[in-house]
Amino acid sequence: MTAFFSMAAILFYLLSTAGYVSYLFLQKNRLHQAGCALLGAGFLCNLLSIIYEFVATGRFPVQNLQETLSVAACTLAGLFLVFQYRYRLRVLGVFAAPLAALTLSVSVQLPRGPSQIEIVFNNFWIIFHVVVIFIGNAAFALACGAGILYLVQESAIKGKNHGFFFHRLPSLNILDTVGYASIVVGFTMFTLGLITGFLYAKLVWGRFWNWDPKEVWSGVMWLFYAALLHERLASGWRGRKAAIMSIIGFGVLLFTFLGVNFFLSGHHGAFTRW
Amino acid sequence: MDDIILLGLNHKTAPVELRECLAFSDEETDSLLRSFSEHPIIKESILISTCNRVEILLTTSDSDAALGTAERFISEYKRIPISRFRENLYIHKGDAAIRHIFRVAASLDSMVVGEPQILGQIKDAYRIATQKRTSGVILNRLLHKTFFVAKRVRSETGIGDHAVSISYAAIELGRKIFGSLEGMRVLLIGAGEMAELAVEHLIRHRAGEIYVANRTFERGMELARRFQGTAIRFDEIGGMLQEADIIISSTGASGYVVQRNEVKAVMRGRKHRPLFFIDIAVPRDIDPRINRMDNAYVYDIDDLKGVIDENIEDRNREAIKAERIIDAAVVSFRKWYRSLDVVPTIKALREKMAAIARSEMEKTLAGLHLSEGDAGAIHRMTDALINKMMHDPTIFLKNNGCQRDKAFYVDITRKLFNLDSAEPNSTDPGEFQHRPEEEL
Repeated sequence: MTAFFSMAAILFYLLSTAGYVSYLFLQKNRLHQAGCALLGAGFLCNLLSIIYEFVATGRFPVQNLQETLSVAACTLAGLFLVFQYRYRLRVLGVFAAPLAALTLSVSVQLPRGPSQIEIVFNNFWIIFHVVVIFIGNAAFALACGAGILYLVQESAIKGKNHGFFFHRLPSLNILDTVGYASIVVGFTMFTLGLITGFLYAKLVWGRFWNWDPKEVWSGVMWLFYAALLHERLASGWRGRKAAIMSIIGFGVLLFTFLGVNFFLSGHHGAFTRW
Repeated sequence: MDDIILLGLNHKTAPVELRECLAFSDEETDSLLRSFSEHPIIKESILISTCNRVEILLTTSDSDAALGTAERFISEYKRIPISRFRENLYIHKGDAAIRHIFRVAASLDSMVVGEPQILGQIKDAYRIATQKRTSGVILNRLLHKTFFVAKRVRSETGIGDHAVSISYAAIELGRKIFGSLEGMRVLLIGAGEMAELAVEHLIRHRAGEIYVANRTFERGMELARRFQGTAIRFDEIGGMLQEADIIISSTGASGYVVQRNEVKAVMRGRKHRPLFFIDIAVPRDIDPRINRMDNAYVYDIDDLKGVIDENIEDRNREAIKAERIIDAAVVSFRKWYRSLDVVPTIKALREKMAAIARSEMEKTLAGLHLSEGDAGAIHRMTDALINKMMHDPTIFLKNNGCQRDKAFYVDITRKLFNLDSAEPNSTDPGEFQHRPEEEL
């Protein structure tokens, strides 16, 4: 049943991608509406697959890479829908929909191994920790997408070559605003996630900080985004620099999320094992 | 059936000197339309006169005579010999006239393709014609179809998208940088038609404070008053860069008026809010290296021209789509226009049947001596017979029975029942051969 919902979600995400891409080319309102509705359908299927797994196994399904990626895709789709509702930045769907499709597709390719973790996983703090971290990550992903679009549009304006993208992308101001809002949401969620993580660590291991590689890299990531926000608030770091930093930040995030587990080991290792 | 004809001249066929001489004021339009309506062979008329074109739309039973009359009227009204403008006239008949008016209204025939004013001008011309009652069944329908087509072209193609004038291109760029121009502070350096036009566009987009810097402070004051802004001295420009968001420069200075260092100095102070320089001056006023700084954008006159050229190309590409929409509209209008033929045909057929019934009834009733009630019953019966017999052919001719070519079946009907010998205006025998081919 989980597999069925996941496959349906992938199908919807792919169709949504097609909708948004054809919207980019043809600029017909109906296409982006379709893209948005399909993404919503994909999100619901994705959510159902997670809930079903939760009910079936009685634990929050973030035990292995297959499950974590599914949750990541789901939060990305959900958060994009919220941002789309708030900022009407339709074209960002060209980034969000395929990313959700890709993430979930990788997820279903992986074997669904049984849980190897003995720790009780229904603790409120751990669920809260995982959920807010994923929302934060999804927001950082959107910031990266907005940053890419910003750079594309900026180079069109600066280069004075008003080709394909100039007319199709929104103003620099809105791209910058959405990027900033994404970072603020991401940073807030990520901070909450870290705090609950510390509390949980204290509960389980008796210490707030264990020098686990995942913790270290999360710390690096937090400092990175903190610096970005500080510069923006203090000296008005905006536009190109902020866009580039959002993209680099997402690189750091990907390493923290996946790289750490592949190259280093630690107590988060199992969650991304397959 | 009456023909639709159109004669006129536009910026492509006639120089401005001639167009000036032939432009019709509202009063002249009124009286010309009245002359047309009093003329026996001209049934309906509309006159469109703008600075780029004069178009006369007529329906008439005799197109050659009507054309001669129209030319004569123009010559008389504008006191100009026919020979002076005859060569510049274009004449379209039937489908070509329909297509022409559709293209004009959709702004495909305009000097600047896609400019929106022409549709309004045609609407005005049509309103005058309806007030004077010179527009009838055919032209009413044609003009309504014209407005519909023009609207469709505008909404379904990108023909009106993107600026094709320098000042408007600057506004469009500003919107791509700032999103909304509302509240943006504008600094105008120098003066000049294009720069002032750009400021006016900005005000229309609800820009914020307007500052004007001019070498001669009095001239600056004057401009500032016009834009309800503030005049500043020329040496205050450097400090004003901290405040302004959009700088339009158009001076005769030989060197750069705004240096790179000046902008660099204010960027931190303005918290890196974007700065947009529009440099209309030749030689240039704004150091082009500023464009390489973050959050600063410089467009000079050549850049803006480049943008416009691109946009004009876009419009020309969209015009091809528009032509397709118009082709379809011409076909659908022609279909309606031909169906006009059906009504008189059915009417003639019915009249012929009624006449036969009447004469036969008279013969029969004369020898029978019936009571008035009985005679009435027989009359009612023959009327009912005619109605019933006419029902199917009428439906067939009016509706979808002959979708492919109505005119063809109308022609057959007329021949089968020999309707044309009874009518003074018999149709041209040649029509039967070539009409069906047109439709294929």
